[in-house]
Amino acid sequence: MKAFTVHTGLAMPLDRANVDTDFIIPKQFLKSIKRSGFGINLFDEHRYLDKGEPDTDNSQRPLNKDFVLNQPRYQGASVLLARENFGCGSSREHAPWALDDFGFRVLISPSFADIFFNNCFKNGILPIVLDKELVDTLFKEVNAAEGYTLTVDLPAQSITRPDGSVIHFEVDAFRKHCLLNGLDDIGLTLEDAEAIKAFENQWREKSPWYFTAA
Amino acid sequence: MSGKTLYDKLWESHLVKQRDDGTALIYIDRQLIHEVTSPQAFEGLRLTGRKPWRADANLATPDHNIPTTKAERSRGLDGIVDPVSRIQVRTLADNCRDFGITELDMNDIRQGIVHVVGPEQGATLPGMTIVCGDSHTSTHGALGALAHGIGTSEVEHVMATQCLIQKKMKNMLIRVDGKLNPGVTAKDIVLAIIGEIGTAGGTGYTIEFGGEAVRSLSMEGRMTICNMAIEAGARAGLISVDQTTIDYIKGRPMAPQGELFTKAAEFWKTLVSDADAHFDRVVVLDAADIIPQVTWGTSPEMVAPVTGVVPDPDQEKDPSRADNIRQALKYMGLKPGTAIKDIQLDVVFIGSCTNSRIEDLRAAAAVVKGRKVASSIQLAMVVPGSGLVKQQAEAEGLDKIFTDAGLEWREPGCSMCLAMNADQLPAGKHCASTSNRNFEGRQGFGGRTHLVSPAMAAAAAIHGHFVDVRDILLEPARA
Repeated sequence: MKAFTVHTGLAMPLDRANVDTDFIIPKQFLKSIKRSGFGINLFDEHRYLDKGEPDTDNSQRPLNKDFVLNQPRYQGASVLLARENFGCGSSREHAPWALDDFGFRVLISPSFADIFFNNCFKNGILPIVLDKELVDTLFKEVNAAEGYTLTVDLPAQSITRPDGSVIHFEVDAFRKHCLLNGLDDIGLTLEDAEAIKAFENQWREKSPWYFTAA
Repeated sequence: MSGKTLYDKLWESHLVKQRDDGTALIYIDRQLIHEVTSPQAFEGLRLTGRKPWRADANLATPDHNIPTTKAERSRGLDGIVDPVSRIQVRTLADNCRDFGITELDMNDIRQGIVHVVGPEQGATLPGMTIVCGDSHTSTHGALGALAHGIGTSEVEHVMATQCLIQKKMKNMLIRVDGKLNPGVTAKDIVLAIIGEIGTAGGTGYTIEFGGEAVRSLSMEGRMTICNMAIEAGARAGLISVDQTTIDYIKGRPMAPQGELFTKAAEFWKTLVSDADAHFDRVVVLDAADIIPQVTWGTSPEMVAPVTGVVPDPDQEKDPSRADNIRQALKYMGLKPGTAIKDIQLDVVFIGSCTNSRIEDLRAAAAVVKGRKVASSIQLAMVVPGSGLVKQQAEAEGLDKIFTDAGLEWREPGCSMCLAMNADQLPAGKHCASTSNRNFEGRQGFGGRTHLVSPAMAAAAAIHGHFVDVRDILLEPARA
């Protein structure tokens, strides 16, 4: 996994609550057996005016010019400002894969759905939860100022606004450690292989009915 | 000191290691695998040269992406018309073979939707921890197992380590007191709950469902409720074990047999929340207040009783909620104040991991028996949850009842619930669906989904619009 330390990027507002993972990446793109190439179909049903398919040449498709992602002022955005319950619905990791592949590194919202939130950290994306009022303020500021850029500093757990003011955010210590170092969870867990084996042995002894083969 | 919740007990019994930072390693007893969220995980194992920690803890079956027509299915993997889907289903078969994992393949009679197959095979047992790369894994909580959906990175993590890195959730109890009225089902209960607490109401919690109305449900009804815990934001739903649970498991092929079953059942009976257990939040509903539910919007919380009307955003005080309602009504092509019963339908879908089990099909068949699908309905389809459900339904003659009434009888799979295969809801069309999500585009690009119970979907198929199934049940019996 790629590491995350400090990121400075243009913010893009997605002013809509309960953005679900079907919204982020529609199901027809989940037929892929790869984990890359989803960025061009991020927010597909809103970004384009027609229905996309996995083998379509996306450069020929009509764009929905009203959709925020297509507006000239937000080209190159890498910080996504979102509303409540972002990422609800399916567990598809294709959602963070699509966001990452498109170029988003930071998501800011008053709340995220649990599975999606967890999936972001596995892919080098930093989801940040801030108070609803503060997110409201950020929405207003982004809308008001073209080129609104935020600097997100993970070691310091801070977001610096264009006016230099700083917002503090919380992040789980373990997830922070993994993101900062780009660590592979599996490798870390396997350092505890002995503990897992010991647990498994006593559990098998106590509850042999869980160890009949599927 | 207060007692423990069922969730506390399941957590503690699977705790391998508590880390200083609040995360924990939790041992996983069972992983269910399907074709869509597993290929990248298997690829990860290959790239790192890792092997499954315990291959026999995994069970795979293709469901999301497979065709449901007999014509395509009868030709096996080569018969799958869509080449991209064919590769994905074949990849699952190849991966399972390479890594020594049991797969119930596409034309195995035991194949079906993972969340139907797990309990049906006895691969889901009380007291287990269960994961699957699918959010509706919460279904298995109905058997007193701690079960939740995970992403593909975690699928790989569980394959390689038999553990999941987790933080303990908070405890929520949702109690549904009293008795349900006739014609009101588990689906109506869970939709009413989501209407009450919202789609983020359960975020950060494990929800235990209790109370007389829940306890009186069959295992299949309980699965319907836990299935949709995720639509209330909770990764896991739970129901305490009782005799109904134990009776359901007895004799299932992958469940323990004989003396081992007796011993296990003794242990399973302890898998209940203690009377003095502490819940961080308790929500109480009265079963008598619940009437058949229909969603009108693009989120499961946008739900109303069948006797109700589509809401008016101008009456909503919270501006952000009012915006949500406006967006939803625009997408759904509905006007505020429209009676739910006046919503005209084009398509009916009976199936999905929420409602495709034998009792669901019986309930739908009871409504359509001797009647005909309305001429305005362009497609009405019934998709059983597994090959065994299909076989049972056919033994009872349900397939004949459906086809005589004008509904299509399909092969098992996820089908139009998420429309990854050819079963898609056309743009602008309204569908009465027994599935779990009414998100924009969920059942097909531009499609308009209304979530209902199987009996309500069947009644809607007959009338071409929503009707209160309780009225139909009062009509004289038919031949």
